[in-house]
Amino acid sequence: MSATIETAKSARRSCRPDAIRLMLNNRLATAGLVILAFMTALALLAPLLPLAAPDATAPAQRLLRPFAEGHLLGTDALGRDILSRIVWGLRVSLAVGISATLIAAFFGSLIGLVAGYAGGRTDTLLMRGIDMLMAFPYILLALAIVAVLGPGLINALYAIAAVNIPFFARNIRGVTLGLARREFVDAARLSGKSHTRILTSEILPNVMPVIVVTMSTTVGWMILETAGLSFLGLGAQPPQADLGSMLGDGRRVLFNAPHVALMPGIAIFLLVMSINLLGDGIRDVLDPRLKSGALTRPVARTAIELPAGETHADPVPGAVLDVAGLKTQFQIGSKTLHAVGGVDLLLGETECLGLVGESGSGKSVTAMSIMGLVPTPPGRIAGGAIRLKGEDLLAASDARIRQLRGGAVSHVFQDPLSTLHPLFTVGDQIIEAIRAHQPVGHAQARERAKALLALVRIPNPEQRLDAWPHELSGGMRQRVCIAMALANDAELLIADEPTTALDVTVQAQILALMNKLRHEKQASILFITHDFGVVSALCDRVAVMYAGRIVETGTTEQVLESPAHPYTRKLIDCVPVLGEPERRLDAIEGLPPSVDDLPEGCAFAPRCPRVQPECRRGEIALDPLGDGRAARCLFPLVNDTERPATDA
Amino acid sequence: MIAYIAKRLLAAIPVLFGLTLIVFLIMALIPGDPATAILGNFATPENVARLNAQLGLDKPLPQRYLIWLGNLFQGDLGRSFALNRPVLDEVLERFQATLILAGAALLLCSIFGLLAGIVSAVRQFGWADRVVTLLVLIGISTPSFFLGLLLILFFAVDLRWFPASGMYAIYGGGDLPDLLYHLVMPAVTLAAVATGVIARLTRTAMLEVLRQDYIRTARAKGLSERRVIYRHAFKAALVSVIPVIGIQAGFVLGGAVYIETVFQWPGIGAMLVNAISTRDILLVQGGVLVVAASYVLFNLAADVIQSTLDPRLRR
Repeated sequence: MSATIETAKSARRSCRPDAIRLMLNNRLATAGLVILAFMTALALLAPLLPLAAPDATAPAQRLLRPFAEGHLLGTDALGRDILSRIVWGLRVSLAVGISATLIAAFFGSLIGLVAGYAGGRTDTLLMRGIDMLMAFPYILLALAIVAVLGPGLINALYAIAAVNIPFFARNIRGVTLGLARREFVDAARLSGKSHTRILTSEILPNVMPVIVVTMSTTVGWMILETAGLSFLGLGAQPPQADLGSMLGDGRRVLFNAPHVALMPGIAIFLLVMSINLLGDGIRDVLDPRLKSGALTRPVARTAIELPAGETHADPVPGAVLDVAGLKTQFQIGSKTLHAVGGVDLLLGETECLGLVGESGSGKSVTAMSIMGLVPTPPGRIAGGAIRLKGEDLLAASDARIRQLRGGAVSHVFQDPLSTLHPLFTVGDQIIEAIRAHQPVGHAQARERAKALLALVRIPNPEQRLDAWPHELSGGMRQRVCIAMALANDAELLIADEPTTALDVTVQAQILALMNKLRHEKQASILFITHDFGVVSALCDRVAVMYAGRIVETGTTEQVLESPAHPYTRKLIDCVPVLGEPERRLDAIEGLPPSVDDLPEGCAFAPRCPRVQPECRRGEIALDPLGDGRAARCLFPLVNDTERPATDA
Repeated sequence: MIAYIAKRLLAAIPVLFGLTLIVFLIMALIPGDPATAILGNFATPENVARLNAQLGLDKPLPQRYLIWLGNLFQGDLGRSFALNRPVLDEVLERFQATLILAGAALLLCSIFGLLAGIVSAVRQFGWADRVVTLLVLIGISTPSFFLGLLLILFFAVDLRWFPASGMYAIYGGGDLPDLLYHLVMPAVTLAAVATGVIARLTRTAMLEVLRQDYIRTARAKGLSERRVIYRHAFKAALVSVIPVIGIQAGFVLGGAVYIETVFQWPGIGAMLVNAISTRDILLVQGGVLVVAASYVLFNLAADVIQSTLDPRLRR
């Protein structure tokens, strides 16, 4: 699993997966900025523009339609020029909305900063009050405040600002709480700075982005709500007018002259939409976690894009699984990561093959490619052949793959807590697996599920069927996963680090269980692990992966006793051996190469103690060493007197 | 389960008390003299003082709160001077209409918000996703009172499909079909913004869930994609969307103020707007309190529904 998740994570960090989406988002934010800038400019320049006086009534010219002579947007019920009134009303709405935002941001942030920084009783007291305010429907609280203060634009402004204080207080308090426990704050405190100084000079700058994001996401809302109060007649009072009160006036003549209401309505809509677009853009920049494009939905099956005319050796007769030249890539933006760069695997009947390597070596991706479980996007299978008992899986239909998944080929994954669905009982999940492949009723499936739980030696299987995953221990959960994998007589079991998340004693039990079941059920196992100790307990043969390729294969005995590839040697040296406490555990120096930037020649060369100049040139083949072994090394360790390291 | 509901109910009690305190304080602390409001600006000081004493406004604040709270428990929210009837009667009558409107809107926004969110997530980057994203953007940027006017112009004036106002036809109405006929436009208008918010959130929640390990497990079991999305992913996404629907209940209840005014729906929102104009403080107090309390109960319901879906919350 490690490889898939890690690449996906780094993908999320580095850039968004879809360049078109990225541009579209930016374009929308840009459009918002342009509209907003235009409207703000109109509002600011209102006194300088050649507009009719907004309050000049002309009874003879009342309710003129748009595009009338001298009145581009027509006139209202008192014959006032609508365009002019909108520009002036925009000025009022913007001023009120922005002022309300600033007031709410100031007091809300102040409360949040104090609560988060002081902690303890102050925090509890302040936050209880805030929670109480948030228990009110938002607009209702504003109404109650206006009710007491009396209708009027300034009172509406206060009311809207007041009801938005809790949003700021909550957001800012959350961030401050995290910062107040950080080292640099402690340092400032020890250096004798006063609390006020610390809050303003240490914490405030770090909290500022959150304040800005909260402001940008609430200002549109506040403009909308003040307009709403004015629309109800509780905000701006005549002759003063904002966009909301104009809309309210227009409503009175809605049936005769709809444009009087439509024009200010459209103006509010444009204003709020432009602010929302810009706000989303600002949020994306300042708070990358929330980027809308950061999440992509993996489809049901890994995309397959095989190069035309690629040929592979004929299927090996008798093999359960035959993988040849498998290439799996991740497309991250314009970068292509070659996670699996041409892997061959062969798995005979009832055989257990261990696929070993460090995190990021591509072993999980290889295993997940078999049944098309590598997430697309960003993954795709870009070459090779995968055959299950001679059947070409890359050419199989989606329906056929679904039939095989959980049927002939089943999986056990690493972390049994995250791989079981938290909202379904253990029994439901096993029953579902049975009924996906066998035409049995619910009661019958339940009986089989019970038998399966007994098979994996879970005590009280009847009761356990109704247990939720979170009620079981890690070992029990993994047994459930194994029971689920055995539900339909799998011929091939793909186990992706099934014991890594478990503690050592449980690990041994699970391994023993898998070994026993393998012989009882006559299944082959592809066992992915980074742990040679586990390999020696279970596997017949081993394939070692490094940087997306197999570097050595052989029987478990051969490889463990006399590894041929220096990398395998190093990996084995990492395993502690019982009874040899003095043995030095060698960590492998350096890091595995990034799969988007592989060195020429041997990928292990930069970390290899035995590296020679030849190692860094050309393609190095997986050379047979006899006895069914092979290693991708120009200077294998087998049949070779130990040479001193030439480059350490 | 029952124990959980009881626990949540108990936890709601202090919140309800807090509400009464805030409502009382807002009305009591901020300047504005109810007696003057009732008697008008030309009242003599003696008359104002007498009315204040009559209303109990000359007593200290804590005592006034306790008296007010005691009356509240007896179902006495005072008397609306403008309507000359008990506040509670008026509020409860109006609240029924609001509940019908808000309930319908909540139902609409839940159904369409969830559907749009799922479609948008499943067809990510496809045309359906783009259409939903655009509609959501328009939905949350359009003032609901403006949307209401647009709907009236189009569907009531031009097409004559639905009535522009009222809850029942003046003549010959009053039955359920008549109510539904009048309900369509205000409910749709009230639901618009909440639908957008829920759709946006459902989309994000679905995308978040669809990359979880247990979804891969579901696929590895050989389940159909339909089952993976609608049973496994949707259930998990729903758990995180339901509290948001609870919060939307607050926006819907509050937004009813605009919609009831636009469509002349005889609900509590329209009542509040009138009461504020006439400075009928007791009526405002009663109305705000009842709606706020119902919002607490809506959130409680959301919590309970969420816990029926997620066993981990039931402890």
